Amino acid sequence: MSATRIDTAGMPARRSAAPALILLAALVAALLIAPVWIYPVFMMKLLCFALFAAAFNLLLGYTGLLSFGHAAFFGGAAYVTAHAMKVWQVTPEVAILAGIATAVVLGLVIGAIAIRRQGIYFAMITLALSQMFYFFCLQAPFTNGEDGIQGFSRGRLFGLIDLNDTMNLYYFIAAVTVLGLLAIWRIVHSPFGQILKAIRENEPRTISLGYSVQRYKLAAFVMSAALAGLAGSLKALLFQFATLTDVAWNMSGEVILMTLLGGIGTMAGPVVGAAILVGLQNFFATSGFPVTIVLGATFMICVLLFRRGVVGELAHWLESRKP
Amino acid sequence: MTMIFGVPLPALMGQLLVGLINGSFYALLSLGLAVIFGLLRVINFAHGAFYMLGAFAAWMLLAYAGIGYWGALMLAPLIVGVAGMAIERLMLRRLYGLDHLYGLLFTFGLALLLEGTFRHFFGTSGQPYAAPEALRGATNLGFMVLPNYRGWVVAASLVICLGTWAVIEKTSIGAYLRAATENATLVQAFGVNVPVLLTVTYGFGCALAGIAGVLAAPVFQVSPLMGSNLIIVVFAVVVIGGMGSILGAIVTGYMLGIVEGLCKVFYPEAANIVVFVIMAIVLLLRPAGLFGKDS
Repeated sequence: MSATRIDTAGMPARRSAAPALILLAALVAALLIAPVWIYPVFMMKLLCFALFAAAFNLLLGYTGLLSFGHAAFFGGAAYVTAHAMKVWQVTPEVAILAGIATAVVLGLVIGAIAIRRQGIYFAMITLALSQMFYFFCLQAPFTNGEDGIQGFSRGRLFGLIDLNDTMNLYYFIAAVTVLGLLAIWRIVHSPFGQILKAIRENEPRTISLGYSVQRYKLAAFVMSAALAGLAGSLKALLFQFATLTDVAWNMSGEVILMTLLGGIGTMAGPVVGAAILVGLQNFFATSGFPVTIVLGATFMICVLLFRRGVVGELAHWLESRKP
Repeated sequence: MTMIFGVPLPALMGQLLVGLINGSFYALLSLGLAVIFGLLRVINFAHGAFYMLGAFAAWMLLAYAGIGYWGALMLAPLIVGVAGMAIERLMLRRLYGLDHLYGLLFTFGLALLLEGTFRHFFGTSGQPYAAPEALRGATNLGFMVLPNYRGWVVAASLVICLGTWAVIEKTSIGAYLRAATENATLVQAFGVNVPVLLTVTYGFGCALAGIAGVLAAPVFQVSPLMGSNLIIVVFAVVVIGGMGSILGAIVTGYMLGIVEGLCKVFYPEAANIVVFVIMAIVLLLRPAGLFGKDS
């Protein structure tokens, strides 16, 4: 059996867990000391988007479904978390759970409709349904329309830890993000994840093996939506506002770009992609050069020249150097 | 005053007309999408951007070259079509062998790039563009007052849509196109230059969006964002109609425009989302779309 032909999808089961553990330890160590050099708010924004992109990649990279509507889950959860903090005055963890619950419900509804078609249609349907949710948010009274929900206190986590302290908030968001990434890693490397990959590789064959593909797709969709919702809730907590930007289609486009840029179907890809894109946005936000042009051009270059993404190309290069 | 379901007749007719105008643009744009998708298997996300480009081309021709509406109606689609052909030739062509999703992602990036560029130079406020002299004013039809330009938009889009349908269904060029849609390799074996056919088809689809843009310029303002909001509704229209048939795309376009207009009269809160709701219902009942072939 030639080792080069098999990509990550083929044989994850018996591979040693040691490299993954080393990678995890390095990630945790980096997150612990990063605030010494890097502005914590920037790091937290990056972590929120890294989790968002990783959640999106669970669907695109491991199930082969391109959702063009993930902003609905991200922004919907952000709205509910902000509303829960401001109006219901609950503690942050309850507000985040409310956000995730919203994303799950949205994911069930949108997913159940969208999985009736495949490929390009799936992308267009998710886009249209998320746009419908956008119009709902534009008109619903609790979102405050164009103003959004803003100006609430971050409160105390479990009633104990004050999240208005930046470092407390940083370590909370870092911990939740790592847990979220671990959950994704666990899903992908479980028997359930194997079936998702089978669907990605050959759907008719998976059906013929006796799996009810629609149920697996919906389950993957809802899990991805829930994790995207978690990212949205964290983002609302971090910036203390939720606006229409979070639910707009541009946000769905951005998360696709992060995943594409980092590497579709790789574990580290979305994190790297999010880091590059958030960095680019920060850089160009102050330069006066429009960010949209940069995003558009990056998209085109990525699709034309390196479809494997940064991490994917790197892995491919390392693989090709092996004797 | 005549009332229908508790709504005054002129108000109902007014909204029906608005619906018919929107329907004209839905039909022109979904027609272009269907023609491109049929042959290239690319969902052209940049279609809204090309529509915007058509409107801006008309505005720029007037502002910088002094060429009026009728000249722009000929030139702007040509400009947009040539731009489309150049993009197909230089970039889009490289993606044909790959998953269709890459075509969608590439054209999405292209849409962002075009939109961002025009936003940078022209802002988001929008530029006014006057209707031509001959079409100003309004005609009293007895039951309603019809602004002449709006009547022209509906008539022109109907002629263009039916003309396109006739070319594709009734001429020999159309026959090549339909044959290549079914089996490109075989058509190439018969000596038809398929790569050129692909380029021309993409350019033609983009030119249709350009014409829609010129027609829209006096109705809406010429703004960089005019396409991106429209294109998502058009996607929903395409999903409802199913991409199988040219005539299906046209009929669905007009139909949904009218439904949207009626919704504005009877339940205005839902007017923005009615197309998406219909899409969800159609998907639950008939996943292939109203005119789509079961796949």
